[in-house]
Amino acid sequence: MSWLTPQVIDILYAMFQAIVILLAAVLLGAVMTVVERRLLGLWQDRYGPNRVGPFGSLQLIADMIKIFFKEDWIPPFADRKLFMLAPAIAMASLLLSFMIIPITPGWGIADLNIGLLFFFAMAGINVYAVLFGGWASGNKYALLGAMRASAQTLSYEVFMGLALMGVVGITGSFNMREIVQAQEGLWFIVPQFFGFCTFLIAGIAVTHRHPFDQPEAEQELADGYHIEFSSMKFGMFFIGEYVGMVLVSALIVTLFFGGWQGPWLPPIVWFALKTAFFLMLFVLLRASLPRPRYDRVMSFGWKVCLPLTLINLLVTSAVILLDAPG
Amino acid sequence: MSVASPTQGEAHNRSVQDPVLEALGKHLGAQVMVEQATLTGMPVVWLPRERLLDALAFLKGLPEGFTMLFDLSAIDERLRSQRVGLPPADFTVFYHLVSIDRNRDLMLKVAIDEGDLSLPSCVSVFRNANWYEREVWDMFGIDFDGHPRLVRILMPPTWTGHPLRKDYPARATEFDPYTLTVEGQDTEQKALQFDPEAWGMQRERSGSEFMFLNLGPNHPSAHGAFRIVLQLDGEEIVDCVPDIGYHHRGAEKMAERQSWHSFIPYTDRIDYTGGVMNNLPYVLAVEKLAGIEVPDRVKVIRVMMAEMFRITSHLLFLGTYLQDLGAMTPVFFTFSDRQRAYKVIEGITGFRMHPAWYRIGGVSQDLPKGWPTLVQEFLDWMPKRLREYQRAMMENAIVRERTRDIAAFSTGEALEWGVTGPNLRATGCNFDLRKQRPYSGYDQFDFEVPLGTRGDVFDRGQLRIEEMRQSVRIIQQCVDNMPPGDYKADHPLTTPPPREKMLQHIETLITHFLQVSWGPVLKPNESCQMVEATKGINSYYLTSDGNTTSYRTRIRTPSFPHLQQIPALMRQGFVPDLIAHLGSIDFVMADVDR
Repeated sequence: MSWLTPQVIDILYAMFQAIVILLAAVLLGAVMTVVERRLLGLWQDRYGPNRVGPFGSLQLIADMIKIFFKEDWIPPFADRKLFMLAPAIAMASLLLSFMIIPITPGWGIADLNIGLLFFFAMAGINVYAVLFGGWASGNKYALLGAMRASAQTLSYEVFMGLALMGVVGITGSFNMREIVQAQEGLWFIVPQFFGFCTFLIAGIAVTHRHPFDQPEAEQELADGYHIEFSSMKFGMFFIGEYVGMVLVSALIVTLFFGGWQGPWLPPIVWFALKTAFFLMLFVLLRASLPRPRYDRVMSFGWKVCLPLTLINLLVTSAVILLDAPG
Repeated sequence: MSVASPTQGEAHNRSVQDPVLEALGKHLGAQVMVEQATLTGMPVVWLPRERLLDALAFLKGLPEGFTMLFDLSAIDERLRSQRVGLPPADFTVFYHLVSIDRNRDLMLKVAIDEGDLSLPSCVSVFRNANWYEREVWDMFGIDFDGHPRLVRILMPPTWTGHPLRKDYPARATEFDPYTLTVEGQDTEQKALQFDPEAWGMQRERSGSEFMFLNLGPNHPSAHGAFRIVLQLDGEEIVDCVPDIGYHHRGAEKMAERQSWHSFIPYTDRIDYTGGVMNNLPYVLAVEKLAGIEVPDRVKVIRVMMAEMFRITSHLLFLGTYLQDLGAMTPVFFTFSDRQRAYKVIEGITGFRMHPAWYRIGGVSQDLPKGWPTLVQEFLDWMPKRLREYQRAMMENAIVRERTRDIAAFSTGEALEWGVTGPNLRATGCNFDLRKQRPYSGYDQFDFEVPLGTRGDVFDRGQLRIEEMRQSVRIIQQCVDNMPPGDYKADHPLTTPPPREKMLQHIETLITHFLQVSWGPVLKPNESCQMVEATKGINSYYLTSDGNTTSYRTRIRTPSFPHLQQIPALMRQGFVPDLIAHLGSIDFVMADVDR
């Protein structure tokens, strides 16, 4: 057993962690599809899926069997390469971002110095999924959806980055673990309230969740960019959206709500509870709000959110400079 | 001026005092006009073809003029036997005009000969004549000179023949068996492809191509099999062409085969969210022909059930309207409210959506035991729900932003396009038939007519919430003051005759036997009844030739002109605005295509 050096054990342990977190993220995304439908049912005066298994608990398995056995159809007029690439990007880019999230003091895949920047990069790549999907489908509705998505993401990613610069400024690091540790006494939701608001909005927009789901607006574009996708290709877009939801919720918790920190309960429970709260918020938003027109969404981004983040950043930096020793 | 009557000894002399006819006579020369006495409740005047446009323009231009072309269709007169004193005609085209200011109607008729089936198009006078003339061409093969684009509208472009002609068969067994070959399918599909040039549309502007987006006939927000082709510059709508007819079921043709009685269930399916509201204009028009005066109890029961259906229809509207704005939850709430309403409707009529419950001369059954409790439960439930919709949705900032000043039109434009009902009242025009021309005893009820001010998508939504409140008020008065008495009129033409009286003497037994086997025979005449239906003014214009079936049943539905107006409103709009407008019109395709 000479090869089992402590170094190898560390590597194996890290790999084990990575696989567990990856699986958990995908599974959570999949479970969210059912949880969302049940919650919507609860709020909408109806049952939701409650037939498969006790309380509908096996619905997810039924859905998975269904989606795996659907015909995987590529339209003859589609651009095949991009068409196949799009769902992979949709899923992979968001999944990779889980790498930077510190779940508990001991758990987390990568402790990157540029943690936050890595997320921005991945969110940037995620736009290509929608763009490719919309373009490669050769469908006019999909094209309109992709057009909206690119305009919207462009507008919202600008201030999504800026919204977090306050947090980075206070901590003095892009490292997620350090950001959590910096919230020991006071969660960043208090000093960075406006940063939180704008990041939440941008997060919803980037994951194309209601009310920022213009790219797929069912009533207008009949599902937009993923209209031509079927079977697991659609499934990847679909689960990708929920993985995005989980990711944004986890990021909000990490950046503004002290990550795993909290009294009495073990860190993993705190992290899960806080994340679940924001997941619920995502679903509640979908249940309660109508959809604004996409040009209003754009002007809201540029005219309200961007100035707000800039002011927030300005004030935060001023305070940091005033506090700075010497 | 001569007065002709389809039945002898009913000569009218109303035209002598009628200022409108007098003015028209002075303008055209009285000798060219022939007035026909009917039971339609409006003057019916025959004109020669050359004077038609002149007369229409004159009537429109009168002070307090006839600004709305309410209906335009035709009658194949070739098999009609009872038309004493009327000008000779193979086909008749009629123009039903309404003056809102005078609150009165006028019908012009033009006789045309089989050898020369053409008329001047009146699109230059009334813009909404466009679709009506296309429909007449489609159904009767009558040509309109000067029409901008006279093509089929309800039937597929590949169709041969004109279905509402009397020599066109009505039953499937009279046709060859239907087959569809691969080539045939290709031809049909090719015929449905949109050709921008045919509509005078540009394919590009200053070097950049427009996108032609085919929205429907299957689209989540098209509210049925409705297709609209959009010419898009980015997401801006440059122009659009609505395409209807996918839901055409030949209801008017069926009316010529069914007995007066057995056509009632077909009316339910015209505006399929309106239930018995659709029976009302039909049975009222038949009762006019039959000369039946119904007991008060019947009137009140009819009003109560019609208002129940107005509420269920408006609830469906509200849910889908908000859903089209992207709010997913309200539709589930309005559907659970509708479920409560259907519990009442089912308890009383035995059916839910299409009860076909009104009868000629009454209603199908008396109210069941315990009905007031059932209705009262619903009446107690609704107001707080309506408050909730108001607060959660209509006061929501996003809803307001999406709907305020979107697809707005004025009263003038509305009348120009033949818009009626809540959509007309949203522009501030106080025209509700229940007040202006009370039928079925509506004058005995205490209710208000809600009005809008701006005529935009918001007003159209808000107004319907108010209308539901008023309907609740009307139903409450029905519950509190239901008169005692019979649920069917004591009249030989009441169909089916009251069963309790059937076995008492031979006379009633014979009547019952004849009416159940043949159906009632109505005297030759014409009648028309307009009602304020759920979506606007719905009317039945019936022509009887003294038979067990109708000679011609013209069904004027409100949704047809509402859809025709879309392009005029949507130019320079955005795709989401179009969806919001489609949601706010409140149409169902069966109500458009019949």
